Amino acid sequence: MSVQLTETEVRHVAELAKLRLSDEEVAAFTHQLSAILDYAAQIQEVDTSAVPPTPYVLPLTNVMRDDEPAPGLDNAEALANAPDHDDGYFRVRAFFDE
Amino acid sequence: MKSKLQALTVHEALQGLAAGDFTSVQLTEACLAQIEAVDGQIRAFLQVTAEQALAQAEAADRRRAAGETAPLLGIPLAIKDVLATRGVETTCGSRILQGFVPPYSATAVRRLEEAGMVMLGKTNTDEFAMGSSTENSGYFPTRNPWDPERVPGGSSGGSAAAVAAQEALAALGTDTGGSVRQPASLCGVVGLKPSYGRVSRYGLVAYASSLDQIGTLTRDVEDAALLLNVIAGHDPLDSTSMPAPVPDYTAALTGDIRGLRIGLPAEYFVEGMQPAVEAAVRAAVEELARLGAEIVPIHLPNTDKALPVYYLVAPAEASANLARYDGVRFGFSAGAESMLENFRQTRGQGFGPEVKRRIMLGTYALSAGYYDAYYLKAQQVRTLIKRDFEEAFQQVDVIAGPVSPTTAFRIGEKVENPIEMYLSDIFTISVNLAGICGISVPCGFDEQGLPIGLQLIGPYLGEERILRVAHAYQQATDWHTRRPALAAL
Repeated sequence: MSVQLTETEVRHVAELAKLRLSDEEVAAFTHQLSAILDYAAQIQEVDTSAVPPTPYVLPLTNVMRDDEPAPGLDNAEALANAPDHDDGYFRVRAFFDE
Repeated sequence: MKSKLQALTVHEALQGLAAGDFTSVQLTEACLAQIEAVDGQIRAFLQVTAEQALAQAEAADRRRAAGETAPLLGIPLAIKDVLATRGVETTCGSRILQGFVPPYSATAVRRLEEAGMVMLGKTNTDEFAMGSSTENSGYFPTRNPWDPERVPGGSSGGSAAAVAAQEALAALGTDTGGSVRQPASLCGVVGLKPSYGRVSRYGLVAYASSLDQIGTLTRDVEDAALLLNVIAGHDPLDSTSMPAPVPDYTAALTGDIRGLRIGLPAEYFVEGMQPAVEAAVRAAVEELARLGAEIVPIHLPNTDKALPVYYLVAPAEASANLARYDGVRFGFSAGAESMLENFRQTRGQGFGPEVKRRIMLGTYALSAGYYDAYYLKAQQVRTLIKRDFEEAFQQVDVIAGPVSPTTAFRIGEKVENPIEMYLSDIFTISVNLAGICGISVPCGFDEQGLPIGLQLIGPYLGEERILRVAHAYQQATDWHTRRPALAAL
């Protein structure tokens, strides 16, 4: 199995990930991601019929706790690292113009 | 007492402090002076918190004078910059978090503080811990104290270099695919990666959540046990931390490994590995046999699948975790006119090449039409890798092998070839995929005087076993006492 991504596919993935890439980056990633995926494709040879997936390794399920209110960050702390804020809120650009 | 306080191990320093041979302020000043002298070239630190460190040292001395004790009272340590430190800038080595000051500390950091730590500063890392050389830092590369033309390994390269260059007595790192053990090996220090869930990840900035684990970089095994004693244990703030009791890890350091069965996996000695690495690791295994361990040849047949599995699983998790960098709540914002364009530009400009590469890879592997072929398939093969270890640990107590196929490589040597760089971690990644524990201990040098590490792997929550074997090995050898000359500095 040989994997060869196109620049169009790379631009599509970049848009899914909300990453603005330069033309040089698109060209480099098209080459590099193809090589990495081609390398990763060797796992296709492994017989995994009847093998369950391991998304995590902990021998724990459904970790529950009581829902008890506790103090969190106050407004000033929560906004302290914000690039832009106003009147106690994060300020963002208009969303629906596009 | 050694003349240079910054060269002490943690346990030696604790003895000296308790005996009144020196104060924490003197010890901290010695570390800060060493940082001043060598860090211009090594560049292990992104930030040195000298003023705060001296204040903490004074407080520690006052507490000690008042008769108080604590496990690490007055001990100067360095913290990898992917761990949140309240009031101290935390960047993850990324431009996108430049200026970010966390409103809380990671649980591991808080526990060290409660145990009396003096924090010297934040150490350099590959951006978001993605890398094997610390060259992917968004700020500058760190250099190997044994040869400044070479990398210290990564991603905890700053922490490993700081400990090797005697800038800090010990340090915290993190290990997602080898990022504590591989730099420990390349810098000639001890690197412990505990089992997944042994140490709380609360306040560890997420890279790959099913693999990330906080570990220690120290000058010897006793120090690793001392630090693990403090940071291990369940944390209500991390539901993936294990609610298992924490033993006194120093009690495991008996020096006696007679009758212990140590597995030697055929798959960990591969064509293309540096001959000096293979020779040193095999000699170390012979030493373990001489100490009374039984060496058992074993197989871990899916070892060669670990790297491809990792480079699907870890980027997939990373692409989800790094979605939070949106230029709205914290960190860099490009200031573009529309919301969506601001997302694209903030992320496009704020992340470096390796982070973008992994976000792209993960997004692709999780996207429609590819999920089953890549991500799900990788999770299934991960099961087989985990089973390899479960079967091996039916036969043996501990597994021994190399940490990395080569010693420290030259800065710039592998940056253009991601797969070549990824191969640095072929012997460490399986341990993270299986969630078990591993330690790197110095076991020799190559012909150029670069350190080599022996890896000891234990089963889930088997930290006591690997610490015991590593400690017994250090009792019989002196590799871990060698320090870089730093003559060229």
